[in-house]
Amino acid sequence: MRHLLEVKDLEVKFALWFGELTAIDGISFTLDRGERLGIVGESGAGKSVTGFAIINLISKPGYISAGQILFEGQELNRLPEDEMRSIRGNRISMIFQDPMMTLNPVLTIGTQMIETVLAHENVSKSEAVDIALDKLKKVHIPSPEKRIHQYPHECSGGMRQRIVVAIALLTNPALIIADEPTTALDVTIQAEIMDLLLELCESEKMGLILITHDLGVVSQITEKVIVMYAGKIVESGATQSVVQDPKHPYTRGLLKAIPGIIPPGSRLYQIPGMMPNLTEIPQGCSFHPRCTISESICSTEVPALISKDQHHRMVACHMVK
Amino acid sequence: MLAYIIRRIFVLIPTLLGVSILVFLMLHLTPGDPAELLMGERASEEALQEIREHLGLNKPLYEQYGLFLKQLMQGDLGETIWTRQKVWIEVKQRFPATIELSIVALFISCFAGMILGIISATKQYSIFDYLSMLGALVGVSMPIFWLGLVFMLIFALNLGWLPMSGRLTVGVELETITNLYILDAIITRNWAALRDALWHIIMPAVTLSTIPTAIVARMTRSAMLEVLRQDYIKTAKAKGLSQFIVIFKHALRNALIPVVTTIGLQFGVLLGGAILTETIFAWPGVGKWMYDAVMQRDYMVIRSGTLFIATIFVLINLCVDVLYAVINPRISVK
Ligand SMILES: Nc1ncnc2c1ncn2[C@@H]1O[C@H](COP(=O)(O)OP(=O)(O)OP(=O)(O)O)[C@@H](O)[C@H]1O
Ligand SMILES: [Mg+2]
Repeated sequence: MRHLLEVKDLEVKFALWFGELTAIDGISFTLDRGERLGIVGESGAGKSVTGFAIINLISKPGYISAGQILFEGQELNRLPEDEMRSIRGNRISMIFQDPMMTLNPVLTIGTQMIETVLAHENVSKSEAVDIALDKLKKVHIPSPEKRIHQYPHECSGGMRQRIVVAIALLTNPALIIADEPTTALDVTIQAEIMDLLLELCESEKMGLILITHDLGVVSQITEKVIVMYAGKIVESGATQSVVQDPKHPYTRGLLKAIPGIIPPGSRLYQIPGMMPNLTEIPQGCSFHPRCTISESICSTEVPALISKDQHHRMVACHMVK
Repeated sequence: MLAYIIRRIFVLIPTLLGVSILVFLMLHLTPGDPAELLMGERASEEALQEIREHLGLNKPLYEQYGLFLKQLMQGDLGETIWTRQKVWIEVKQRFPATIELSIVALFISCFAGMILGIISATKQYSIFDYLSMLGALVGVSMPIFWLGLVFMLIFALNLGWLPMSGRLTVGVELETITNLYILDAIITRNWAALRDALWHIIMPAVTLSTIPTAIVARMTRSAMLEVLRQDYIKTAKAKGLSQFIVIFKHALRNALIPVVTTIGLQFGVLLGGAILTETIFAWPGVGKWMYDAVMQRDYMVIRSGTLFIATIFVLINLCVDVLYAVINPRISVK
């Protein structure tokens, strides 16, 4: 069966005045219809750039320098802009981090919803309003008829993120890319929004790419996960097996760093060191300077992402057998 | 919204009263005898006594101010010192001339400035961006009288495309209603006069609009650049909206918020520039009149002119506040 989304050897570069920076260095993954994938990694790993690359919206000096993005049988990175536009916000929706910033402050909720419907579907304005109201109900917004006349600043943070989710649902997309959809919200609301996303993905049979640095959230929501470090995939596989039996030292570090209930007085674990700046990626395995088990081969040879067990697990590490 | 506007108008009353007090005191706060100030040092004692009587300068201050306000309410601005003509007669002719010139100049600068700013911002670091921002820099630093003379030399003297000066060609008939000639010509459907009036206003209005255009262009560019970086613009693009809608519906509405303030302030600059422009192009407006009055020390004229400019300023501020509330829903109008 053909995949819903297939990313093959994607490479994204940013043209800077002193040269080029490779933000995404040859990553590949697939997603099937209704499947949920998590992308995790530290800040700067290239998670957001991956999301933007899929809908061909990488910001200015950046561009896709190699690879293929196949979605519903079309090669997105070769599509002309107007055809790409008819997929964006229609077959693929994107949800961003901060609901305070992602809704336009000077337009009403209704305006921002209706324009999306009208951009993609051949319906009248009143039909568009009905669709908007229907989706607001789906995300459990009380009295949606009143809400659509309000401006974003009249809604709470959690409410706004529900509205953002409702906007993403408007055109019944096959895929939602959620880039840290709850990082800006407080913990209880985070859980609410995550539950909502999960519920909607299941009931609407939508694919989900959940970008986050929180492996805890990923293990609750997703079926597959890829772990990114400095523009590369270092580990990928079924979420449960990765979380229960992480193989790459970086994944292990990330899992240890999840704030759980820790005994008073003890300190939260941190992976030593920082992710390198992408302009000065170390030779060999880019993680080796921070790695606790690295050996001499790690500083000279780049480890390939290869299968390490029978459960589709892929790991890029010389030390993992 | 209407309630908000009415409330704002009420707030204007104390401001305007304050302006009237200042304008009234202008004469009395200047050191020396007001009558002597008006008539000059070499005026005879009788002449001084006469002007004191005539203007009521020998009465107590509060009484003088009361009289001044009362006359103002009735639209009586007093008489000129030297010719003893009603100031009002001149005012009726000249204020509309200045307003017309300033409004046309303001339109040009909003339109041109915003277009330049928007294109520059959407094509940041392109040749167009560099050229228009260089133009804007040259524009703000251009002495207005010099520019006016250069225009005149090229377009009126050399090419002969535009008239040298004035508001209408002698002999063109126009029935005046508001004394805003363009408006009058449209009301009376006098297309020949409309064409002639537009012909005359182009050069002074373009001259006057140079600096504000440059300022609006720079402001629009920086406001647009700021807005285009925002997440809600990313969202708008990710929703599959066209470039045009993203820029004009999502970005411009937000960028307008600071730009409107700038434009409001530019009106003050325009009124200041009007004095120079009117003098160059012999435009029969307040600017030229005030200039002459200062030269002749005609206090009554200066007083009326100052009142006019201050009132316009206050009204423009009102418009800016109202516009602000219209485009920025976060300002509570309740
Ligand atoms: N506009 C840009 N110009 C230059 N480099 C950029 C730009 N945007 C992203 N990058 C590069 O791409 C890398 C990946 O950025 P990305 O936003 O994908 O990180 P991320 O994994 O989403 O991190 P975060 O958790 O902070 O959102 C960055 O480290 C940066 O070097
Ligand atoms: Mg990110």
